[in-house]
Amino acid sequence: MHLTWNRKDLISLDLLSKEEIESVFTVARAFKASLGNHKAKTTLLDGRSVVNLFLEPSTRTRLAFEVAAKRLGADSVTVSAAASSLTKGETLRDTARNMEALQADILILRHPASGAPNYLSKVVDIPVVNAGDGSHAHPTQALLDAFTLLERFESLDGLNVTILGDILFSRVARSNILCLRKLGATVTVAGPSTLVPNDFASMGVRVCHDLRSALEAADAVMLLRIQHERQTSTHFPSIGEYTSMFGLNQERAAWLKPDAVIMHPGPINRGVEIDSELADSNRSVILQQVTNGIVVRMAVLLLCHSFHTGEAIQLPQLNS
Amino acid sequence: MTDVLWIQGGRIIDPANDRDATGDLFAVDGILCAELSSSEKENARIIDATGFVVAPGLVDIHVHFRDPGQTHKEDIRSGSRAAAAGGYTSVVCMPNTSPVCDNAGTLQGIMDKVEREAVVRVYPTGCLTIGMEGERLAPTGQLQKAGIVAVTDDGLCVQNNEIMRRAVEYAHMFGLPVMDHCQDASLTQDAVMNEGEWSLKLGLRGWPNAAEDIIVARNVILSRLTGAHIHMQHLSSATSVEILRAAKRRGINVTGEASPHHIEFTDACLQDYDTTFKMNPPLRTTQDRQALIEGLCDGTIDCIATDHAPHSATEKDREFDSAPFGIIGLENALPATLGTLYHSGRLGLSEVVALFTHRGAEICQLEAGTLCPGANADICIFDPDEEWTVDASAFLSKSKNCPWDGHPLKGRVKTTIVGGHTVFDGKQITA
Repeated sequence: MHLTWNRKDLISLDLLSKEEIESVFTVARAFKASLGNHKAKTTLLDGRSVVNLFLEPSTRTRLAFEVAAKRLGADSVTVSAAASSLTKGETLRDTARNMEALQADILILRHPASGAPNYLSKVVDIPVVNAGDGSHAHPTQALLDAFTLLERFESLDGLNVTILGDILFSRVARSNILCLRKLGATVTVAGPSTLVPNDFASMGVRVCHDLRSALEAADAVMLLRIQHERQTSTHFPSIGEYTSMFGLNQERAAWLKPDAVIMHPGPINRGVEIDSELADSNRSVILQQVTNGIVVRMAVLLLCHSFHTGEAIQLPQLNS
Repeated sequence: MTDVLWIQGGRIIDPANDRDATGDLFAVDGILCAELSSSEKENARIIDATGFVVAPGLVDIHVHFRDPGQTHKEDIRSGSRAAAAGGYTSVVCMPNTSPVCDNAGTLQGIMDKVEREAVVRVYPTGCLTIGMEGERLAPTGQLQKAGIVAVTDDGLCVQNNEIMRRAVEYAHMFGLPVMDHCQDASLTQDAVMNEGEWSLKLGLRGWPNAAEDIIVARNVILSRLTGAHIHMQHLSSATSVEILRAAKRRGINVTGEASPHHIEFTDACLQDYDTTFKMNPPLRTTQDRQALIEGLCDGTIDCIATDHAPHSATEKDREFDSAPFGIIGLENALPATLGTLYHSGRLGLSEVVALFTHRGAEICQLEAGTLCPGANADICIFDPDEEWTVDASAFLSKSKNCPWDGHPLKGRVKTTIVGGHTVFDGKQITA
């Protein structure tokens, strides 16, 4: 199996080649095939320590990284903002250097400030994996989204994907735009003009403020949550107005192609950006996304670690 | 005994007097004079300036010396030494110290320290409003009596238009310019960089040009209403330049400055979240940068000012969102700007010297920026062509937050003279 991977850190998808993205999928697929639905473990990262430094709330991403590290045989510890010395005024640099001194082998960072993992990767020698930074990037989410789409569609080349919602503050949207375009998909971003400014066209996407036109051609629609925590109160009138204009409900879902899939990175606000029944319908792949998050993150951890140590990747050895 | 200075053989550029010719420059007891007597010549200290430019000492009407209160970043001693090393002989320091300079007592403390420790002329400014809170007028009259040359709430633009109107009207009575940091705060909440393609890509909160344009327009309107002189600090936006140009054409009493970084760098420099490029106002687009350069070339923008804003390495060494705004500029402003404006062929040497000397001096009515006989012997001798690489660690400023660090530049200050005394000899402070 030929794998291409040229980095110890995964910060953003902008520098990643198509071959590197496909290598993630190759490894993830191998894990998925061998692990199946069993909770089997490998010993690929036996004895290694993975630190999840999560300075912003997270359920899915944090758990998926923890599970991924454990399935690779690594020890995994999670540090949250409230439980760390950052609340005592310690800088991010010092916190990270200390984790390195405590012999962490991989640092996974979730941080409210855009660019924090870029900064951190210059401060420490060990691999840094971005688990979401501000409004900047969430590369493993985009990789698992594309991986999920590839389970439904043979290729993403020419596929129409619409990302709907709060694009301005969304790291998921930015990473998905980069990832999907590298894989040949045509991306439309849609939502209210204040959250979907026309400048996004500079990222090579279609900017659309008309919901029907955004949905009609789509093979997949990714819904995004309204990020209350990042917005000032001025971007739209109310949640009610948002739902009435841009919420995906049964009537609007009928504008989609019959085989179009509905995606959401979570957490879902039921009845706001998506109708509750649609989220649970057979068009929804929302929970598949979550499950795929494990193997995709296993692949990323393994690739970054192997590049850093220079060890060859052997796939996959199971102790089931 | 009289102190006689004789600078020989340099290219004397004195834009205030339309002078640009090779010749000699003389001073007796710190005052420039047209010629020396033969006995004076015998006793003169001679500086050979052959191959160099002899210009008025540079003038920067926008620096932060952080003194009192934040002297781990800079103080009057280190800031004035950095100024001397950059060829500056007169600088105007901003009042956003800790405490802020909004009363004659704080001002006197600053003036005393300047007297004791500064190696160049340091002119203080006073706050426009008490505590820089934008609510009540500071005692401008008392501050002027105690020695300020301008009023400003630099860093915190007065948002309330009634307060601003009264502040400029009141300052006008004293003949003091009001220097304004043009920023509508409601448009820049949590913003850390220019709003545009790069802020979208980087996921950083964007700061639209409109935040500056609106206040520049307001200030033009208030200047027209009151006749007061309002000076627009560190312009960054193309539209602001247009507004200023139109106002000047109509004879409105407004002026403006641009900083070396806004005419050299763009927001693309932030693509790696380097906090060295984080400043307020933010670096903008190529189009804005070009408009600023055009504004400098056609006289719309009056002068270059550095907005020398020191921050310690620890303060800048953090996540982009939480790092402070600002960069230092004094020690490389002239060569950096020579690169942008002169070596690029956009302006002649004399025009660039004007932007660094009498134009700024006139805004704050300083006795500086000219080589007229009778003026202070404040002189900057520089080699416009010497090539060197910036090494911020060698700077005399306490802070090293300089985006040119490691960059090659062309043009170098060789000697700085204040009142006839050499304070910087090209290598070190000699005051």
